Amino acid sequence: MSDFDEELTKLASAEDGKRGNSVFSNHPGMHFPWLQDRIETVVTGGKKKRDFAQTTSACLSFIQEALLKHQWQQAAEYMHSYLQTLEDSDTYKRQTAPEIIWKLGSEILFYHPKSNVETFNNFADRMKNIGVLNYLKISLQHALYLIHHGMLEDASRNLSEAETWRYGEKSSSQEVLINLVQAYKGLLQYYTWSKKKTELSEIDKDDYAYTVKTRNMLSQSCRTSANICALLKTPGVWDPFVKSYVEMLEFYGDQDGAREILTNYAYDEKFPSNPNAHIYLYEFLKREKAPRSKLISVLKILHEIVPSHPLMLEFHTLLRKSDIEEHRKLGLGVLFEVLDFAGCTKNITAWKYLAKYLKQTLMESHPAWVEEEWKSRRSWWPVFHFSFFWAKSDWKADADLACEKAFVAGILLGKGCRYFRYIVKQDGETLKKKIKRMKKFVKKYSIVNPGVCT
Amino acid sequence: MTSTSMKKSFTERCSQCAAVSWGLTDEGKYYCTSCHNVTDRSEEVVSTAVIPNTKINSISRGLRKRRKHEKGWDWYVCEGFQCILYHQAEALKTLGVGADLKSEVLHNLWKRYLQKSKQAYCKNPVRTRGRKVKVLEDNLQSSDWASEFELLSDTSCPLESGAEFQSDPQIPKPFPLTKASPKSEAADICSGSVDGVEYSERKEKGVLKMTVPRTLALCYLSLLWQRETMTLSDLLRFVEEDRIPYVNAFQLFPEEMKVYGRDKGIFAIESWPDYEDIYKNMIEVAIFLDLPRFPDITEDCYLHPNILCMKYLLELNLPDEMHSLTCQVVKMTGIGEVDFLTFDPIAKKKRTVKYDVQAVAVIVVVLKLLFLLDDKLEWSYSSLAEAYNEEHREDEPQFDFRKWYQVMKKTFDEKRQKREEARAKYSWKTKRPIYRSHIDKSVAYKRREMVENLQKQFSALVGSTPVAQEKGPSSFQFNWTDGDTGSPCFHGHSLQGLLKKKGQSLITKNSLYWLSTQKFCKSYCKHVTTYEESNFSLSYQFILSIFSFLLRIKTSVLHEEVSLIEKKLFEKKYNESKKRSRPKKVRRH
Repeated sequence: MSDFDEELTKLASAEDGKRGNSVFSNHPGMHFPWLQDRIETVVTGGKKKRDFAQTTSACLSFIQEALLKHQWQQAAEYMHSYLQTLEDSDTYKRQTAPEIIWKLGSEILFYHPKSNVETFNNFADRMKNIGVLNYLKISLQHALYLIHHGMLEDASRNLSEAETWRYGEKSSSQEVLINLVQAYKGLLQYYTWSKKKTELSEIDKDDYAYTVKTRNMLSQSCRTSANICALLKTPGVWDPFVKSYVEMLEFYGDQDGAREILTNYAYDEKFPSNPNAHIYLYEFLKREKAPRSKLISVLKILHEIVPSHPLMLEFHTLLRKSDIEEHRKLGLGVLFEVLDFAGCTKNITAWKYLAKYLKQTLMESHPAWVEEEWKSRRSWWPVFHFSFFWAKSDWKADADLACEKAFVAGILLGKGCRYFRYIVKQDGETLKKKIKRMKKFVKKYSIVNPGVCT
Repeated sequence: MTSTSMKKSFTERCSQCAAVSWGLTDEGKYYCTSCHNVTDRSEEVVSTAVIPNTKINSISRGLRKRRKHEKGWDWYVCEGFQCILYHQAEALKTLGVGADLKSEVLHNLWKRYLQKSKQAYCKNPVRTRGRKVKVLEDNLQSSDWASEFELLSDTSCPLESGAEFQSDPQIPKPFPLTKASPKSEAADICSGSVDGVEYSERKEKGVLKMTVPRTLALCYLSLLWQRETMTLSDLLRFVEEDRIPYVNAFQLFPEEMKVYGRDKGIFAIESWPDYEDIYKNMIEVAIFLDLPRFPDITEDCYLHPNILCMKYLLELNLPDEMHSLTCQVVKMTGIGEVDFLTFDPIAKKKRTVKYDVQAVAVIVVVLKLLFLLDDKLEWSYSSLAEAYNEEHREDEPQFDFRKWYQVMKKTFDEKRQKREEARAKYSWKTKRPIYRSHIDKSVAYKRREMVENLQKQFSALVGSTPVAQEKGPSSFQFNWTDGDTGSPCFHGHSLQGLLKKKGQSLITKNSLYWLSTQKFCKSYCKHVTTYEESNFSLSYQFILSIFSFLLRIKTSVLHEEVSLIEKKLFEKKYNESKKRSRPKKVRRH
C-alpha cells in the first residue's frame, strides 16, 4: 500500500510539474482522471486479469450503451454473448450474473419489436430457475409485466405459483417478498372486486342477481384481506394496498378494522415517514365525521411533513374555527407557510384566506401574531410576491388574485408598497368598491407605519 | 477402427485400445480389461471357445460403480497436449504452411520434449517413479513404457510416408492403467485424465511443464525452424480469430477423453495469448529442448527485416519509396545480418529477434528521420506537400503526412471499435463444460443447456442481418490498393519534398533527430526502457499506437524496440552523450 501511495504522490507531482498551474488541495470535487487506470493496473499488477473477465465486462457496457440508445437489436446481440457469464468460473460473478441478465434481458424483451409475451414468459420461466434467490423477485416482476399487458389472469396464476414456492431457509429469509407477492395477488383480487362493485351499483337491489353477486364479492374480499394483511404488518410504503384494503373494509362496514389499519400505518414508528398515510387517515376520519380536534391532530403531522399540501387550506379552516387560541394562531402560520412555496404563489384561495384571516386577526387585535410570522419573511417576501413585475402580471392574468395580494401587501408593507400602489391605481369598474374598502382598511390596520417601506 | 464399429470378430483386438484381454460383466457382456470398454456382444452369442488366449474374469461390483459416471478412456495429460498440437498443426496446414512442419519439425520437437521431460522415449519415465500405479491385470507386463507411446514412435508412424505424427485422435492409445484411485474423487481432487491431479501438483526442478501457451511456443518454434512466412504476431492473430485452436482447445479431444477436475487448470484457457508471454515461453522451451542453431535467416527469407519492412509499409499505407530508407537503416544497424537474425538457443545470448516488432520499429525510425515527429516539422512539411500537390495535379503526388494521418486515424479508429465489439462478443465457453468433480457434473451440464436455450432465444431477436462474411485468412489486415474501401492509397506517393540533393546522393531535408530514450534499464527487470506516453510528441504517440495495434502488442514493446534500433544507429552519439550531460537532440551526419 505504501508503495502505491508513493507512486501516487510521485505521479501527482509529475502531473503538477507538467501542468504548472494545477493546485492540489483536499477539495472533495477534485479527482485524478488517470487514477482509475492506475488503480486497475496496480490491483491486477502481476496477475493479469483474464480476458474472459475483460470481454464480458466490456460486453456488459455495450449492452448498457445499446439500451441507453434504444438499440434493442444490438443489445440482444450482446446479450447473446453475455449469457456465458452464467458459466463464469468465478463463483461470485456467476452468482450475481442471473440478476444482471434478468434485469437487462427483461428490459430488452420488453421493448424489442420482435419480442412478444410468449418470449418474455419463456425468458422469465428460465431465469426463475437459475439460482434459488431470484425466484420470487423474477416471479413478481414477471407478474407486473403481465399486468402491464392486461393479462390479469396469467399474472394472478403466476403470483399463486410464487406464493406457494418454498425452499427451506432460503424462503423464510425472503418473507417480505412472499408477502409482497401475496399482496399483489390481493391487489388483483381487489381489482376484480372493484369491477363487480361497479356492476352491482347498476343492478336493482331486489334482483336475485344482486344477492349472488354480493355473496361472490364477500368471498373475494375475505381472500384479499388475508393476502394483503400480512404485508401491512411489515414496515414499508404500501399505499395502493392500504387504500384498496380500506375501501373493502369500509364497504363491509368494518370501520374499526379500517381505522386500526390506517392508524397503524400512520403512527407506527417502524414505518417510514409517509404523508399519504396521514392523508388516508384524515380522509377516513372525515368520512367518519370524527371530531374536529381529532382531524386537527392528524393534519398537524401532515403539516410538519408537507407544509405546502393542498389539504393545508382545509387544515386552516379547521384551525380557524377552533376554540383554542393556540389553534387559531397556528391557522395564520399555516397560510403563510403554504405561500412560502413557489408552486402556491398563484393559489387564489390561499391568498383569499390569508387576506380574510389577516383582517380577522388584526380586528381581534392580535398584531403580534402577524408580526411574528412576518419577521422571518420580511426580507424575501417583498421580492418573492410583491414586486412591481408581479403586480403588473398578476393584474393582467387575474385581477381578483391581484386584489387579494394587494390587500395582504398593504397590510404587511403599508400603503406605500409598490404592489399595493399599482393595484390601487388601476381603475377596474367592478372592483372599484372593493379597492376603496381595501384602502380604508389598510390605512387603519397596516402593521407598518406609513412612509417606512417602499 | 472407431469406437462405434463394434461388430468385429471377437477374436480381434479391443476396438478401443487394441488389447486382447476380455472380461465378463454381470450381464454376461464382454468388456476389455485394459480399457473397460464394454462390447455389445454377450456370452451367448460368441462362445468363449472361439477366443483363444483370452481370460474371462467377472468384473467386480466396485469397478462397475466407478464406471457409471466416467465412461471414458484412460488418457494422460501429455496426450491431451499432443492432441492440441495435432490440431494446431492441422490448422497451420490449412493456413498454408508446408506439410513438413507437422510431420517433421513439430513431431520431432514434441518427441524431444517428451524425452527431455522424461515422459517417454527414455529408460525410466517419470510416471513410474512418481506414483505407484494400480494395474488391474498382470497380463500386461509385456507392454513396457516404451510401447505406451507406440503411436508416436517412428515405427508406427513412419515419417517418410508423411503420415500424421499423431495418428487419428479417434484411435485411442493402449494405456493399461486405471485412473487415480477412487478415494480421491470424493474430495475436490479428481481429474478426467489419469495423471491430471499428479500433473498439476508436480514441481520438478529443471523440467519445463507443458502448458497450453507452450503448445503455441512449440508451434512458433517449428514455424521459425521452417522459416515459414508467418510471424509471431500473425500466429497470435490467427489464434484470436479462432483459426488455430487455443482457447478451449480441449473441446477437440475425442468424446471419450473426459476433461474435468484438475484438468481444468491445465487445459481451460480464458485469455488470448500474449505476445510477450509466448515469446518468453518460446525461448524457455527452446533452451529446455536444447535445440541447435536454427536455419539461417538470410535476405531472401520472409523474416528478414527488408522483406518484413516492405510488408508493413504496404500494410500501413506508406510510400514504397520509404523501403530504400528502411533498408539503409537495417544495413547501418546491422540487424539484417544472418548471425543477428538467426535463433541459436544454445548460444550465450538467450534471446531471439522479434522480427515483426523490429521491422515495424525500423519504419518508426525512418518516419522520425524524415519528419522528426516533434508535432511541428511534420505538419509544416505536410503543408508544403499539400501546396505542391495542389499545383501539380498531373504529377505523382508527394507524400502528405497530414492526409495520411487523417486516413489512418479514421481507419484505425473504426478497426479498433470493430475489434472491441468482436472481442466483447467472443464466446469463451464450449459445449463441453469442465466441472470440478462428479457432484458438479450434472449442474455444469444443466447450466450449459440453460445458457444454450437462452442464447437461442436471444439469437431469434438478433434478426436476419447476416454477419459480415468472414474473410479468408491473410497475413494482411488492410488492403489499401482495393478501391472499394474509399480510403486513398499512399503507396505510390513520392518522398521528393522530404529529400534534397547533396552531391550524388539524396539526403533527408530534416537534419535533426531526437532519441526515444537515453536511459536503458541495466537492472534485472528485463525490460529495456519505459514508455511514459505523455513525455512524447502526439505524432509519435499516434504512430506507436496504430503500429502496435496492428501487431496487437503493447505500445511499450514497440517503444523498446525503437529505442534498441536507435541505440545501434546512433551508437557513437550514445557514447558521447554518456560523457556529456544528455543533449536533447542529436544531429545526424
